[in-house]
Amino acid sequence: MAITALTGTRVRERRLAMGLRQSDLARAVGISGSYLNLIEHNRRRVATDVLARLAEVLDTDARALGEGAGGRVLDDLRAAAASGMAAPEIDRLEDFAGRFPGWAGLIAAQHVRLGALDRAVTALNDRMTHDPHLSHSLHEVLSAVASVRATAAILAETDDLTPEWQGRFMANLHGDSERLADGAKALAAHLDGPAAADPVAASPQEEMEAWLAARGWHVEGATEAELAGLSEAGRDLSRRWLGRLRAGEGLIAAFRDALQPGSAAGLVICDASGTLTFRKPTEGFDLPRFGAACPLWPLYAALAHGRPVEAEVAMPERRFRIRAFAESRWPEGLAGPEVREAAMLIEPSAATGAALAVGTTCRICPRDPCIARREPSILRE
Amino acid sequence: MGHVLLIEDEPNIAEAIRFILSRDGWQVTIYPEGAGAVEAVRCVAPDVVILDAMLPGQSGFDILTRLRADPDMADLPVLMLTARGQSRDREAAEKAGVSRFMTKPFSNAEILEQVRLLVPR
Repeated sequence: MAITALTGTRVRERRLAMGLRQSDLARAVGISGSYLNLIEHNRRRVATDVLARLAEVLDTDARALGEGAGGRVLDDLRAAAASGMAAPEIDRLEDFAGRFPGWAGLIAAQHVRLGALDRAVTALNDRMTHDPHLSHSLHEVLSAVASVRATAAILAETDDLTPEWQGRFMANLHGDSERLADGAKALAAHLDGPAAADPVAASPQEEMEAWLAARGWHVEGATEAELAGLSEAGRDLSRRWLGRLRAGEGLIAAFRDALQPGSAAGLVICDASGTLTFRKPTEGFDLPRFGAACPLWPLYAALAHGRPVEAEVAMPERRFRIRAFAESRWPEGLAGPEVREAAMLIEPSAATGAALAVGTTCRICPRDPCIARREPSILRE
Repeated sequence: MGHVLLIEDEPNIAEAIRFILSRDGWQVTIYPEGAGAVEAVRCVAPDVVILDAMLPGQSGFDILTRLRADPDMADLPVLMLTARGQSRDREAAEKAGVSRFMTKPFSNAEILEQVRLLVPR
């Protein structure tokens, strides 16, 4: 353990915090009062065994007493000091961290937390700016709230409102409350709902899927000109999938029927992280637009175990027959990293036996209780 | 008493603001879209403009920029309303020359106070 120059300061702070007299601590540890005094003023290096006894009497950890705030805490404190929010005494940083390790840790942790929140706000801002549907939905909701607030205040605060005005404002309030309800519903559906519910593409993947959906998920005869309306990233992704679908190898070959004209079957493909990279929806089996899907989907069993899975599953309103399997590739040779994907074919089923209850994604799944729930639902069954 | 031109496409919000300001003695004219809004300002010659940021036809930011480019309206008090309180919107409004900026939802007292501040009686 590296005992720093400020060990004595920490001993003193700890002793004072516990209300102990210097002589009492010295006696309990088995050293002289004058020796402890020198230690506390950082004028004597503390022997390891003395430090251990001091820590025991002071009811703390010898390492914390000896080393004080770790290098990471000091780094975070320096970063906090550099944020420009105040002008802390940077030359006394180590002294501060040594004397008040708890406060130092708290400030460092809050600085880290502030950084994380800043990044989250930036990410949300970015999403609001680049997701036109989200921006529009929020605008609708906030406009309706603004109208409701202004109108309700007029009704509540205007004593001499004529019956005619009262009637008009009541009607406005009614209209706005309906609009607000619709807007909130649209927002929830957009944030958590199925990919097929929204015609506005918010990502290259959605652009690609919208283009494929418009062609009935059938790629024969597809031309580059059809991609002209997509973003550059959307075009790149579409070309890549077009190549895969045309080549029809591996996962695609197994489930090629789902991509034939008129097929009602759904097909999802995920990568090794579980992210859905391809989503052909089918009626009654909603696919999540953002975030992770239901962890009970057989897709993930196939992904995890690397073996084919067949199952009957029940969505809240319909049943389906599922076939899923995973495929591994080693693009850089067997010594390189494995790239694993899984695919799941979703076909309507008329079976009546037992079925695995699944959902779309936890946020909008009403099943409660659920053995695999990640987070509470915004819906209730 | 002062004349307020309210450029707002949400009819219920416009009606509520008109009611609040009218009771305070302001003359209020409503213009419901972005297209033609600059010409409406020239025509009405108001003492203050309340301008929604998101309008059909032309955005409030574009309207404000055009107003400020006209020497006759460069100093006209403009209160901008927006449902998006993002800092970039506020910066865009300030860059375009907004006098004051308010985010929706706002209270009736707030909007009255802002208009009174922009056009002292």
